[in-house]
Amino acid sequence: MNHVQTLILTLAAALAAPAAYAADPKVPIKLPAFKEGAYVHQAPTLDDLMSDESIHPELRKVILKGRDLFENTQQLRGKYVFNDMNCSNCHIGGGGYNWSGPVWPAATTLPDYRGKNGHVNSLEERIAGCFAYSMNGTPPAYGSDEMLALSAYHQWLATKAPVYERKIGGRGFNHLGNKIPEDISYEAGQAVYRENCALCHGADGAGKKVDGKVVFPALWGDTSYNWGAGIARVYTAASFIHLNMPLGKPGSLSEKDAWNVAWYIGSQERPQDPRFTGDARETREKHLNFHKHSRYGTEFNGKVLGQHDNTGEKPFLKPESLKSRSFDFD
Amino acid sequence: MFRTSAFALLAGLALTGGTALAAGNAADGEKIALQGDGVGAPCIACHGPDGAGVDEAGFPRLPGLDAEYIAKQIRDYRSGARNNAIMQANLSSLSEQQIVDVAAYYAGLPTPVMSAKPVPEEKRALGEKLATQGDWSRHLPACERCHGPGSAGVDANFPGIAGQHATYIRQQLEAWRQGARANDPLDIMSAVAERLTEAEIDAVAAYLAAQPVKPTQGGAQ
Repeated sequence: MNHVQTLILTLAAALAAPAAYAADPKVPIKLPAFKEGAYVHQAPTLDDLMSDESIHPELRKVILKGRDLFENTQQLRGKYVFNDMNCSNCHIGGGGYNWSGPVWPAATTLPDYRGKNGHVNSLEERIAGCFAYSMNGTPPAYGSDEMLALSAYHQWLATKAPVYERKIGGRGFNHLGNKIPEDISYEAGQAVYRENCALCHGADGAGKKVDGKVVFPALWGDTSYNWGAGIARVYTAASFIHLNMPLGKPGSLSEKDAWNVAWYIGSQERPQDPRFTGDARETREKHLNFHKHSRYGTEFNGKVLGQHDNTGEKPFLKPESLKSRSFDFD
Repeated sequence: MFRTSAFALLAGLALTGGTALAAGNAADGEKIALQGDGVGAPCIACHGPDGAGVDEAGFPRLPGLDAEYIAKQIRDYRSGARNNAIMQANLSSLSEQQIVDVAAYYAGLPTPVMSAKPVPEEKRALGEKLATQGDWSRHLPACERCHGPGSAGVDANFPGIAGQHATYIRQQLEAWRQGARANDPLDIMSAVAERLTEAEIDAVAAYLAAQPVKPTQGGAQ
């Protein structure tokens, strides 16, 4: 089925918004319909957290710290984070919202097997992955205060969600499917970028800062996510963009424009994949289940994307804790 | 260490518009601000000798705003892209050079001390929430998300709104909400304003007005 046909005009007002919402909006909120039978979560809000007397004050403190780390991950810059990203740049609204990369499913569906690293992952290990790739950094230690705070924040967001329910409405960034369209175009993507993205992220993709503070994150280059980040996959970026960009205008770009601009962004250089073997083509082959969706290790403009030693601001390639493991209990 | 191609630089210039290349002369701008250009009223007639504006009248503070932002608004008033008959008439005879001169003058003035009315706690809290957190259940980004830390401004496209008069902010949000103002890039402000209630507009305007104006607004890197 054509995705456009499944798009419905969803006024978020229909859910819980105050009255006096514009009846005929100039900028409609266009989001896909939830799949039949999907569990549709409504995550608790900050107000809920503050007013819920069943939450122990010590737990509230830890959850609030987790939320703070999630919204302002830059406080860990130079320690665990080596780029300009905050968790909330991609998980918009704090990781609680459908179609904006809700993070609470990690608390209800893990431990589980993940294809990305080929073993059973815990919630902490999943969070560690974000630090290693999306934040181009290294994770806080398992069991550390930061990990506890982030785990608690995830689990609190999952309040009342069914454990191991896997059919979750608005989860992930894959609503356009993962098949890159055959007529995808770098040039068309560049035009979409200039018209809709450069305003905030800059013509050079470096984002914008004020007084050293990141306002709009870098989409490529040294201070962006590295080649191993989930959003380095073209379909993930296309879906994220279609559902969330420009900020506050979900569904405003056509699916074609979203694919093309994701292709354009995905054709730019960024810090090395921590799994780099020394050869981008080889690394691509080794992790093809992931990189078949990215342009990493493929030739573009006479160069192999990702064939470099640049780890951005991060003074190392691979975090210590990022390793394969197996479970031999017998 | 990634290549910044000359192409990207050119694209950047193209985005800001060729007019951005004209440098403003603040001293020439001062004359127009104080005496007018012989056709329109001098700026100080409404915006005051220090450019602080008047809250009740909805006249905005100008010092502390980004020069290119001011210049764009002047151009938009002249062309009708921003709808205000009085501003259009007063600015009708300015040349492009005079526009950037006036903009340079006001952007360079020291930011005046603003005295916003005290805001009742409930209203202040609502305004703060919208300005610093937004409400993503309605796809409402926080003001800060685009206007920068403290909503103090980022560049020509995202002006400082902290320490601006409450009446002015309220009127502008209402204008966007009703479609009377539409000169923002990508309709981003239209999207935000039409998702706000009148009470929320009132609260966020009051909250922002009570925030400090940064002496060095603008200045995106």
